[in-house]
Amino acid sequence: MAKKRTEVADIDRSLYDFKDSEEGFERLDAGLTPEIVTEISQRKDEPDWMLDFRLKSLEIYNSMPNPTWGPSIAGLDMDHIVTYVKPNTDQKADWESVPDDIKNTFERLGIPEAERSYLAGVGAQYDSELVYHNMQDTASKMGIVYSGIEEALHEPRWEEIIRDKFMTLIPPTDHKFAALHGAVWSGGSFVYVPKGVKLDFPLQSYFRLNAAGAGQFEHTLIIVEDDADLHFIEGCSAPKYNVANLHAGAVELFVGKRAHLRYSTIENWSKNMYNLNTKRARCDEEGEIEWISGSFGSHVGYLYPMSVLAGRRSKSSFTGITFAGAGQNLDTGCKVVLGAPETTATVETKGISKGGGIQTFRSSIVATPAAEGSAATVSCQSLMLDDESRSDTIPAMDIRAKNVDIGHEATIGRIGDDKIFYLMSRGISEEEARTMIVNGFANPVSKELPLEYAVEMNNLIKLEMEGAIG
Amino acid sequence: MPQSALLSVNNLTASVDEKTILHAVNLSVNAGETHVLMGPNGAGKSTMGHVIMGDPVYTVNDGSITFDGTDITELSCDKRSRAGLFLSFQAPVEIPGVPLSSFLRATIAGRPGLEMKGKEFRRRVKELAAQLDMDTAYLNRELGVGFSGGEKKKVEMLQLLLLQPKLAILDETDSGLDVDALSVVSRGMDAYRASCDGSLVIITHNTRILEHLEVDRVHVMVGGRIVREDDASLIPWIDEHGFESFEREAADAAADAR
Repeated sequence: MAKKRTEVADIDRSLYDFKDSEEGFERLDAGLTPEIVTEISQRKDEPDWMLDFRLKSLEIYNSMPNPTWGPSIAGLDMDHIVTYVKPNTDQKADWESVPDDIKNTFERLGIPEAERSYLAGVGAQYDSELVYHNMQDTASKMGIVYSGIEEALHEPRWEEIIRDKFMTLIPPTDHKFAALHGAVWSGGSFVYVPKGVKLDFPLQSYFRLNAAGAGQFEHTLIIVEDDADLHFIEGCSAPKYNVANLHAGAVELFVGKRAHLRYSTIENWSKNMYNLNTKRARCDEEGEIEWISGSFGSHVGYLYPMSVLAGRRSKSSFTGITFAGAGQNLDTGCKVVLGAPETTATVETKGISKGGGIQTFRSSIVATPAAEGSAATVSCQSLMLDDESRSDTIPAMDIRAKNVDIGHEATIGRIGDDKIFYLMSRGISEEEARTMIVNGFANPVSKELPLEYAVEMNNLIKLEMEGAIG
Repeated sequence: MPQSALLSVNNLTASVDEKTILHAVNLSVNAGETHVLMGPNGAGKSTMGHVIMGDPVYTVNDGSITFDGTDITELSCDKRSRAGLFLSFQAPVEIPGVPLSSFLRATIAGRPGLEMKGKEFRRRVKELAAQLDMDTAYLNRELGVGFSGGEKKKVEMLQLLLLQPKLAILDETDSGLDVDALSVVSRGMDAYRASCDGSLVIITHNTRILEHLEVDRVHVMVGGRIVREDDASLIPWIDEHGFESFEREAADAAADAR
């Protein structure tokens, strides 16, 4: 049924292909050049060190192979990479030209009008700017800095801090797309929470309005100083329409001593997207990072938020859910380095596959020789909604310390016919019964989210489940 | 048939995995009547309940089921429920992550006369819980998860009272009900009978549950066949003699047929 389609892959591409015909000549440049990278840096009026960093990253990018161990990214047209990264005002579409499919999805998700246009990549700013500024005001009265990372780079005080931290957790040598990110990053958030400051409402990047084209290579840098507390919610909770189909953002989180950071994401990129995002946190003594992660969109996804537990008794917990529907291959999970004594980590994930989708849970737990007395538990549950879908579990563990306690459990199953029958025998339709069971399965994740996001996630599942029955 | 029955199972043959479980079974229940379906373990009693409710695990090979004047043989089980049929499960399932109250609300959604607003719904459910001596804290717990046998029974009875079906099949076979659970079921049945003139089909081999119940008809099932049908006087007889004579007769009949 055409009206039930929610996949962006289905839209009429010709609406957006005008750019190719106008700028076709640029593709002759065949890929990314130092000139283009220099131009990006100059447009942003960046300090010289950043330009140098970009150029070095470009060299690394050009010298590194594509990853071959995960889902295929053969469909990613890297020759067009230049059209993704060049600042291009033409990328601004207007609301009228956003396909009805996407508009409908926004409406059904209950996303306010003001945010819809932003999420659609239209770049109009409407009222959400107000919300953002209110949030910013309250935070700044507490001494918290919450701004665009590009803006922060123009403040000498923050420039120094950014220079000290930028891509130290995720060095450009980490993998090819980290290198690409280092070369062409654009936009993103900078958050600094001073010592002992505890913010009692979440900061939401939802409302952060960046220049057109940002959001594909955005860099998020968050520093939570000793004894401070922050909850940060990364936006993109609706099918984001984007001309380009590669997302290679980076998130670097620094958690101080006894500090606490919760980082929540609900990602629902359009289903033509290659989401090759990298997220990493470092915790000092008794610091704690909590990841809440929901992955719904994208054609191909590689996403493994990583916690480096560098300080004694630091903690990491990861709660994640991945839903891979038709045409999706989502490889997600979590990495933890237990790098100090008495650190603890929990990883709890849920994976759902449907309509031929492939969902893979991949985790890595490394206990360094310093990790004596540490403990980690990994638990993943997968649910396959039909016979054509696939769920895999690939847990890796590398234990080099004495006296550590590492546990892993995995279950892969299907929805029992007995459960469907029970619910249906109470007058609930089959579709509703399946949705109810899947929502229940996802509940450990949604209950960790602020209410409006939990509602949205349940609605997303509902949308994905529609038309699932014969 | 002089009076048109509420439920009429006609010549029903049903199988699972190519194995026939029910052989040309007939059962007729009038509005307001209480019937008991008895028989030894593995006789097909539970299958009977599930097939009437429309469990897709079973295939109906022959015969028909008519309920409230409509042939429901081909109807999906959610539609049978909405037509006024109810099956209380021997072993209710667990649905992790789904609060009992959300589930209950979904069961009455869109049912004329039963759908309620939030406040009204909460009041009604609390009333029923009190009637069944059930801790209302359960309403916020995940459906069935970590519930004891008795608690699961209470949840089944709560649904029976909430949905007020025209006919309820209570599958109590082999469930090893303890005294508490038994009293819950009895209380549920009484409340159901008191609240509406609903029909009951009780599947059991435990006659204790029937002690203070007015039973109209007793059906004995052996080997997937109804081998005896009588009034309530059959219950004390079975209590004393068990099912052996029925089983023997059935075995003889099968031998004769060969």
